[in-house]
Amino acid sequence: MTDEKIMMVHGSGGRATGELISAIFDKEFSNPVLDAMEDAAVVEGAGRIAMTTDSFVVTPAEFRGGDIGRLSICGTVNDLLMRGAEPKYITCGFILEEGAEIALLKRIVHSMAETAKEAGVFIVAGDTKVVNGHGEIYINTAGVGLVPEGVDIKASNALPGDAILVSGTMGDHHAAIISERMQIDTDIASDNAPLLDMVTNLLDAGLHVHVLRDITRGGLGTVLNELAEASGQTFEIEEAAIPVSPKVKDFCGLLGLDPLYMGNEGKLVCILPEDEADEALSVMKHSAYGQQAARIGKVKDAAQTTSPVVISKTAIGGERIIGILEGEGLPRIC
Amino acid sequence: MDINAVKEYLRSYDGPDMNIMEVCGSHTAAIAKNGIPSLLSPKIHLLSGPGCPVCVTPSAYVDRLLALAGEPGTCIVTFGDLIRVPGSTPKNLSAARGGGARVEMVYSPMDIIPMAEKEPATTFIFAAVGFETTAPVYGLLVDTLFRNHMTNVKLLTAVKTMPEVIDCLMEQGAPIDGFLAPGHVSVVTGTEVYKPIAERFSIPFGVSGFSGEEILLSLYGIVKVRGQGKVMNFYPSVVKKEGNPKARALFDTYFERADACWRGLGKIAGSGRVLKEDYSAFDAGSRGLDEDHKANAACSCDKVLMGKIRPYDCPLYGKVCTPMNPQGACMVSTEGSCFSYFSNHRTDR
Repeated sequence: MTDEKIMMVHGSGGRATGELISAIFDKEFSNPVLDAMEDAAVVEGAGRIAMTTDSFVVTPAEFRGGDIGRLSICGTVNDLLMRGAEPKYITCGFILEEGAEIALLKRIVHSMAETAKEAGVFIVAGDTKVVNGHGEIYINTAGVGLVPEGVDIKASNALPGDAILVSGTMGDHHAAIISERMQIDTDIASDNAPLLDMVTNLLDAGLHVHVLRDITRGGLGTVLNELAEASGQTFEIEEAAIPVSPKVKDFCGLLGLDPLYMGNEGKLVCILPEDEADEALSVMKHSAYGQQAARIGKVKDAAQTTSPVVISKTAIGGERIIGILEGEGLPRIC
Repeated sequence: MDINAVKEYLRSYDGPDMNIMEVCGSHTAAIAKNGIPSLLSPKIHLLSGPGCPVCVTPSAYVDRLLALAGEPGTCIVTFGDLIRVPGSTPKNLSAARGGGARVEMVYSPMDIIPMAEKEPATTFIFAAVGFETTAPVYGLLVDTLFRNHMTNVKLLTAVKTMPEVIDCLMEQGAPIDGFLAPGHVSVVTGTEVYKPIAERFSIPFGVSGFSGEEILLSLYGIVKVRGQGKVMNFYPSVVKKEGNPKARALFDTYFERADACWRGLGKIAGSGRVLKEDYSAFDAGSRGLDEDHKANAACSCDKVLMGKIRPYDCPLYGKVCTPMNPQGACMVSTEGSCFSYFSNHRTDR
C-alpha cells in the first residue's frame, strides 16, 4: 500500500475503507476504547470537563520540525491545558483529497500516535472521508479534558500587579512554514509541541496561575490584546525581554515580518501573581519546551490602569501601543 | 555621540517648532515600532510623506491591472501589498481573483521567470511598482527576458523617483523643516541627489538607517542644523556618496525618464521611469496612466501624502476606513502611513 494513493473508493464505507482503517489507523491509534469500533466512544469522566475542537489545513503537510499530524494533537491538547484541564481524549476526522499519498498519510498518522503518547491522550474515535481535490490531507479534532477541583484558569482572571511570562521564543512555527512555502533555505524548525509537562509542573507546584493562553495565529501581540480586553486591564511589556531566536529575527528582518504577530504552536503566555513569578519562571525553564521562558512584563497597578490596552516599552526607551494583527502580514516591497 | 545625550537633546528641545518628514514607508513603520514620537519634544513633529510605492500609485494603474487580469490566458504577478489597493472603484486584485482572475503573489520580481518558463502559453504580467530601490531589479528582470528571448512576460510599470517628488512638495509650500531621507533608496541613488533641493530651500536632509538608534541620531543631526541646506549621511555603513552606479546603469539600459502621476499629487514632471521604445515589447501598457480618481470622495490620502494632515485627521480614518475595509491606498500597505498609525494606535498627541 506504501506506493499507492488515496482514491475515491477509500471513502466508500465498504471494503476499501475498512482496509485503509485497519492498515493505517488501527495499528497506530490502538487502545481498548477505539479497538471496540463502536459508533461512539464511552469513556470515564467526572466533575467539570473541558472541550475543544480545531481544524488543521497547513500546507505543506510536512515541514521542518513537525507535520500536520503532530500539529493536530499539539493544538488540541494545548487548548485543553490552557484551561488547566488534564487532556484525556481526542477524536480525529480526516478529510483526504483524492490523490493523497498513502505513504504520507502513514507518516502523519504515526506522528499523531507518537505525539498523543507524549501528551498523555487517547484517540478514542475517528472518521475518514475522501473528496475530490489535489491530494491534500486535512484533519479535524475534538478534545476532552478533565478540570481538577479548584482549578479556574481563564482569560478574564488577570489582576493588577500580576507578572506576564512567555514560555519561549516567538515566531518559529510561522517562520518555518513560510520558509517551506517560499523554498527559502533556512534551518528554522517549527516549535509544535504539547505543553503537558509545563502546565502540569506549574499546577503541581501550587502556583496560583491566573491565565494561560497558547500563542498561536495572530501572535503574541494579538493574544496579549485579547487577554487585556477580557480582563479589562492594562498590560505593560518590555519589548527587549521578548525572546526571539537570532535566526527568526534575521528571517523577519529580511521579509519585513514582525515576530510579535507570528504564530507559534508550542508556546504559552502565563499570568500569575508577581510574588510567584520567579518560581513560575524556574518551573517553566525546567519543563519540556520551556528552556527559553522569560518574564516579559506586568499587568499595571489598578491606579495606573486606563483602558484595556497593551503598552510596550521599546528597546530604545520609547513607548508605544501594541495593537492586534491587522491584515494578513504581507511582506513589504522595499 | 552618546545615545543618551541624543535622547536628552531631542526630549528637551525648546527651539522653534520643527516638522520633519520621513519619505520612506519603512521609516514610518520603524518610527511607530520603536515608539520614537514618545521620545521627542512637543516641538518636534514627524510627518509621513509619499514614501510607500503602493500608496502613490494612481487609480488608472490599478484599473489597467484589473483590465489585464480579466484577459484570458493572463496571470498577474505582484507583491502582496498591491492586491488590496482599490482602483477608481472599490474593486481590487483580491476581488478580481475571487471572480476567477489569476493573481499570484511573489517576494521577488525574478520569481516570475520560472513561472513563465513552465507555462509558455500564459502571458505573465508583473506589477512593477516601486522607487529607486526596486528599479534595478526591474532592470535585471527585463535584461533576463531580453537575453533569453522570453516573450510571455510583460511589465506594467509605475516606477517613481524620490528627488522629484520631494522637490514638488517643497515647491507647493509644504511646511517641512527637514527630511529623514530614505536609507534604501539612497543605497542606489547616493546622497548627492538631495543636495540641490537642500540648498535651494535651505533644509537639512539626514540619510537614515532603520533601527531606533539610527533614526534618533538622524533626527538629532537634522534638528541641530535647522535652516541649513545640508545633506548628512547617518547610514554610512550601507549608503555611499556615489550610490550604486552599476545598478543604475543596468536600469538605465532599459528605462528612460518620463512624467509620472502620483496618487493625490497629480502629474510630476520627470518623476517616473518607463521602458524605452526599443523594449516596448515588454511593456503591458504603462504609459499615460494619468487618471487618478478616488474610490471614496472623502478620502484624504492626498493630504496625508503631502504632510498637510496626519492620518488621524482624515474624516474616514478608523471609521469607514480601516485595514479591513480600506478606502484609500495609505490604509492598505503595511508601509502606508494610515495603516501604520492605525495598527499602532499612534496619536502623537
